[in-house]
Amino acid sequence: MAANDNRHHDDVTGTDTTGHEWDGIRELDTPLPRWWLWVFYATIVWALGYAIAMPAVPLISSATPGVLGFTERGRVAAELKAVEESRAGLRARLAAASPSAARADSELLAFAQAGGRSAFAVNCSQCHGSGAEGRPGYPNLNDDDWLWGGTPEAIHDSIRFGIRSEHDEARSGDMPGFLTDEVLGRGQIDAVAEYVLSLSEGSTDATLAAAGKPLFAEHCTACHGDAGTGNKELGAPNLADAIWLHGADKAALARTIARGRKGVMPAWEGRLDEVTIKQLALYIHTLGGGE
Amino acid sequence: MKFLWGAAIVAFTLLALAIAGATDDAGMRIHAGIFVLAGILGLFALVKMHFDEAPGGTAPLVYNDAIVKAGVIASTFWGIVGFSAGLVLALQLAWPALNFDIAWLNFGRLRPVHTSAVIFAFGGNVLLATSFHVVQRTCRARLAGEIAPWFVFWGYQLFLVLAASGYLLGITQSKEYAEPEWYVDIWLTLVWVGYLLVFLATLWKRQEPHIYVANWFYLAFIVTVAVLHVIHNLSVPVAWTGTKSYSLFGGVQGALTQWWYGHNAVGFFLTAGFLAIMYYFVPKRAERPVYSYRLSIVHFWSLTFLYIWAGPHHLHYTALPDWAQTLGMVFSIMLWMPSWGGMINGLMTLSGAWDKLRTDPVLRILVVSIAFYGMSTFEGPLMSIKAVNALSHYTDWTIGHVHSGALGWVGFVSFGALYVLTPILWKRRDLYSLTLVNAHFWIATLGIVLYITAMWVSGILQGLMWRAYDELGFLSYSFVETVEAMHPFYVIRAGGGALFVLGALIMAYNLWRTARGDVRAAEADNRPAAPAAATA
Repeated sequence: MAANDNRHHDDVTGTDTTGHEWDGIRELDTPLPRWWLWVFYATIVWALGYAIAMPAVPLISSATPGVLGFTERGRVAAELKAVEESRAGLRARLAAASPSAARADSELLAFAQAGGRSAFAVNCSQCHGSGAEGRPGYPNLNDDDWLWGGTPEAIHDSIRFGIRSEHDEARSGDMPGFLTDEVLGRGQIDAVAEYVLSLSEGSTDATLAAAGKPLFAEHCTACHGDAGTGNKELGAPNLADAIWLHGADKAALARTIARGRKGVMPAWEGRLDEVTIKQLALYIHTLGGGE
Repeated sequence: MKFLWGAAIVAFTLLALAIAGATDDAGMRIHAGIFVLAGILGLFALVKMHFDEAPGGTAPLVYNDAIVKAGVIASTFWGIVGFSAGLVLALQLAWPALNFDIAWLNFGRLRPVHTSAVIFAFGGNVLLATSFHVVQRTCRARLAGEIAPWFVFWGYQLFLVLAASGYLLGITQSKEYAEPEWYVDIWLTLVWVGYLLVFLATLWKRQEPHIYVANWFYLAFIVTVAVLHVIHNLSVPVAWTGTKSYSLFGGVQGALTQWWYGHNAVGFFLTAGFLAIMYYFVPKRAERPVYSYRLSIVHFWSLTFLYIWAGPHHLHYTALPDWAQTLGMVFSIMLWMPSWGGMINGLMTLSGAWDKLRTDPVLRILVVSIAFYGMSTFEGPLMSIKAVNALSHYTDWTIGHVHSGALGWVGFVSFGALYVLTPILWKRRDLYSLTLVNAHFWIATLGIVLYITAMWVSGILQGLMWRAYDELGFLSYSFVETVEAMHPFYVIRAGGGALFVLGALIMAYNLWRTARGDVRAAEADNRPAAPAAATA
């Protein structure tokens, strides 16, 4: 210390100051706390040990591998391999079984439900909801009102190929827009809508519903059937129950008739592997409404 | 000298005017317009300075307090802006509808407004103000230059306005904590070089034989931030008249450069700079000598050497090569004690003055800031350990960690400095109200505790939910289920943030009344005799 003659003794701590002073601030000449220094040394020793054990020093085109030979990619690959191996038997059996056969096998069903629940949460819940409860435009998968069929095979095909997706085998029904195609006028659509509501006892205007009946017979029965109970081959919904995909009010129904509806679900073949799709089909089949 | 400054401002304004005329980029036109406006205001200020100047030389040692006053006002203003923006974001996270479907107010644009406002606007102005105050006092020299410090101050405010307005307009280079585009980066570089020169020139003409430790830390902060800023922002503009540019770094190199920059912004902006504040204001307020000169030397050099390597710990389990992850982790672990050296030196300076915590709420704020510093600098190395990071990374735990450092350490040490500075600068005997300081202390401390505990619970819950598997190895939760589970903690966090903002508003009121020279009626009678304020 150059300014030793300015050293000053601090009575509270019993330590001398360094002799420097700035704007009234002095500094005590306290030695480094021992515990502090030893913990610091310990972290350095630990760091050196870790660097010897693990990949640490970069070389020209690689790095020192470390005596443990550890790599993060290697660890991930090993963990994934272990999981895959643990599931391999069940996966092979599920891949070989038809959806219906797997549905009847309690072990395969439990495997499919576990995997299906997980895959549903990641891939399907965004539209169909976390509880598969659906929302306007996206079907509820818990009930037994199926647009394209509720057998394990039918659900499996819906997931694989999608609805009006870009897949060649996509399911593709066509509900035309009767107003936009200039087939019906607004008054006629109002009457048809009232008649459709009457099929599920939701009509409040019997006269108007009666006026809609012949129009329904002429334009709608080809797909929806004489009694309006729908046709799963064409994806034509059952209109005689009280379940509505696009809303239960008459305005939503009139909009459907006037402009048509063309909901889309992507084809999952190619995005998810075959076994996952089968798991999803069985999981959905067991939600409550499977046929 | 004034002529050169004037010529430079005119040249810059004409350049901005030319770009405003030539560009077909609406954002650039607005920003060039702001440059032109700033240039005109700068010229006015220069002319006014010329005519206001008293004839003859100034006295040998009159400190430049006006610039520090401006910094105190700017710090308080930007602090309120930045904290409030954070509160809005916290509320948006709890109730997303609060963005009102207005593009300018969506989370993506407001988030950098918050981070830049608290780090660069609030923190930066506190650093400018305190460094200009401390370097003068500890060097017994007036701040170098008469125009240059004002160029640094107003140039920095211009940078902040350009940054914040750019985010809302959608102008960003998408680099975290470095969102401003190339032309704003160039402007900040000019301002920062000015800052470095003013600081160095003041050190150069000091009347003290030694350089005080606070100035080492300020210098480390200024120099390192300059290096970080220039390298991280290297980019190629698409056109001289457009806002868009492309970074020189891409892919994993870009990520590593980002976190080399980001981590050292924490290390040198938010740690070294604020340690400088601690090293001046804590011994000053406690009226005690600094605990250990040797510890200050060893922890200064070990901190500056080790910090610069720790950035890769932000990129654990990414495409970053294993060796670089090892590097980031081991340097973070070794950083623990150098960080705690600062905490020890700060806390132990209180030896013989602990009783003052009972009577002085300002000292209490300073001491609690050091406690938060110690806590976050233990938590940081802990989170850099890969096994811990596997759980904590990308979760709210990180947010909680950042805010225990930002609110507890940076916020509180800044508040302490502002409470000390205001009566000195406005030549008042004491603050308007110590009761209000005490209220600020308790309200803000409660807010911080709510904030960080909510984020710990939320973050650990989030991390555990993300990696939960069933016995067959299938994920247990969907992402949206984890988001749903966060909601109550987001509400608590917003409550904690609201308390922190409330505390800052109380401080702003208290500082304003102090500057006016008021003393709260109920407290006027029982104040102790004036401390050393008269000699300051």
